[in-house]
Amino acid sequence: MYVYDHYDHTLVSERVEQYRDQTNRYLAGEISEAEFLPIRLQNGLYIQRLAPMLRIAIPYGMLSSRQLHALADISCKYDKGYGHFSTRQNMQLNWPKLEEVPDILAELAKVEMHAIQTSGNCIRNTTTDQFAGVAADEFEDPRPYCELIRQWSTLHPEFAFLPRKFKIAVCASEQDRAAVHVHDIGLRLKHNEAGETGFEVLVGGGLGRTPVIGSTICEFLPRKHLLSYLDSVLRVYNQLGRRDNKYKARIKILVRALGVDTFREKVDQEFELLKDGEMTVPDSEFERMKSFFTAPDYETLNAEESTQLLERQASENKAFRNWLRRNIQPHKQPGYAAVTLSLKPTGIAPGDATDEQMHAVAELADKYSFAELRVSHEQNLILADVRQSDLFKLWEDARAIGLATPNIGLMTDMICCPGGDFCSLANAKSIPIAESIQRRFDDLDYLHDIGELDLNISGCMNACGHHHVGHIGILGVDKKGKEFYQVQLGGSSDTDASLGNVLGPSFSQEQLPDVMDTIINTYVELRSDEELFIDTYRRVGLAPFKERVYA
Amino acid sequence: MPDASQALLIKDEQLMETDGWIFLDKEATEYPGAGLIVLPLLLWVEKREQLLVRGDCAVWLDSEQEPEPLLADLEQLPMIAINFPVFSDGRAYSYARRLRQLGYKGEVRAIGDVLPDQLHYMSRCGFDAFELRGDTSTEAAFLQKSSISVAYQAAQDQPKPLFARREQ
Repeated sequence: MYVYDHYDHTLVSERVEQYRDQTNRYLAGEISEAEFLPIRLQNGLYIQRLAPMLRIAIPYGMLSSRQLHALADISCKYDKGYGHFSTRQNMQLNWPKLEEVPDILAELAKVEMHAIQTSGNCIRNTTTDQFAGVAADEFEDPRPYCELIRQWSTLHPEFAFLPRKFKIAVCASEQDRAAVHVHDIGLRLKHNEAGETGFEVLVGGGLGRTPVIGSTICEFLPRKHLLSYLDSVLRVYNQLGRRDNKYKARIKILVRALGVDTFREKVDQEFELLKDGEMTVPDSEFERMKSFFTAPDYETLNAEESTQLLERQASENKAFRNWLRRNIQPHKQPGYAAVTLSLKPTGIAPGDATDEQMHAVAELADKYSFAELRVSHEQNLILADVRQSDLFKLWEDARAIGLATPNIGLMTDMICCPGGDFCSLANAKSIPIAESIQRRFDDLDYLHDIGELDLNISGCMNACGHHHVGHIGILGVDKKGKEFYQVQLGGSSDTDASLGNVLGPSFSQEQLPDVMDTIINTYVELRSDEELFIDTYRRVGLAPFKERVYA
Repeated sequence: MPDASQALLIKDEQLMETDGWIFLDKEATEYPGAGLIVLPLLLWVEKREQLLVRGDCAVWLDSEQEPEPLLADLEQLPMIAINFPVFSDGRAYSYARRLRQLGYKGEVRAIGDVLPDQLHYMSRCGFDAFELRGDTSTEAAFLQKSSISVAYQAAQDQPKPLFARREQ
């Protein structure tokens, strides 16, 4: 993974001291609340319902075991002994003290981490495929490009006061595991006929109050122009994006108001000025970035032997078999596998991990996966380079710390925002909803029979739980001061992205498990053979579900 | 327009009280026949020919006014000021950066809600004069302006991005 040099170290340390000075001036009354707001947000500190929340950047989801140990120590020393892994592949602390944040940032800086631009109206942490570098269907490793974007966007002087937050995602495989269609900018790495690397550029996707699937404004952008083109898009947005209404301030609204073609023309005009300028990235820089993301020291393994061993272990142990089926991803390297540790056991807020679990996972990474791991936007942790022959031992170790729930991609592996228990924006709680559904669908055989199903839960229309792109989406709404839940069906964040359709009038918290039951029963009756929920929905539409649920 | 008489001015890395420019209101329709005046964009556009002959006038833009109408006269204008109606309105950063990229060599002055904590990004984007509220801590302003010594991006203060400067 990327390793800081003295420039990166200096920048992050200076940023800590700058923020320490700003915090002191704020506490001394020299900076007003309103003036301090963007300063603290762009250093990761957000004020929630009960306490401040500190969002720590995990660039494109990559962590070393040393960093995870540090996150565990920080969670223990400055918080209540747990952290929350978010859909932005970041980690949030729910109870830090405002005056201790500079010290936390200083501790992060020691392990090459920061909280820069994890909140506020600026360019946020760039996200990508959690299986980057190991996925069998990958064209190229997206992480060198993500790191380039991270550096370009970090303390970018022109774009620190955008109309609204700005999120970039990169995917580099046929299957989109980075949800590029629902980001302000989505970049799809591809190769042209001459074999050169470039990007399809999508703009104006997003969730929130006005969910939109992004539009392509450039079919193939040669990689050397990546940063100057991003500068051009951001500049058009910075100059023309609405600033009078924060609900209309995202780039998707601008793209829609101008029309994609006009927006593209404006970007091209700016690009005329910037193209081939100093931000043009030379091949040598791409090579330098790639040198940080080389394959680890894989052993040459006999894949056939490993597979036979696994088959034997699986045939002898049903629980292990279930875990293999759900939590293992195919790997480029023969004899290796990528493993997802589920942060979605029943009864725990999705994405939460205790400091002990973090230390234990860091040790698992040391033991089994070259001391590195990743955070997925589905809020799980991934050990990307595990020998297949180690899977059984790893499974036993993971089980001992409660992180081997065999539910990846299934209904109980839900994406869920912190909701009304923590967030001051939320209309309704989301964590208890997740739990009540997990409890209802706790029969593993049934869950596996239902198969792949994205269930996404947001506590309000800001859509941090990505409910619009869940195969089933649940949205918390407020009705005369009471919490209700709207259900949507048919969303997807995959390559064939789509937005869900509202089923009908909303439900109370108590009704929801039954409603889910009815929806799933309807699907099971209507599906043909191996058909997944989303495919059945796309074939039969909303009507049969609606009839049954509101019967 | 903020009340410039109460402001502090940082220019050429120096603190000064004022340097004589008189700002006219955004709605102004007339201007004095002599003196260092800074016209609002619309008045400049209207009286451009007369003002160019005079040779001692500057222009100020509000945050919703893109600098396009000035592009033909960049060599003649000694100063372009850009207003921040509120510090969080970031359009002026792009205007300043574009003016510099288009070759503007005169002064680019930040006026309005200009805070010490913004001077670093402002100067990177090409602002070289800053009108601060009279009660601003100048110590904080100078400290913040030079608080971060590393920049990844190319900008006015550092024409090459870090990737072109790193030891290979």
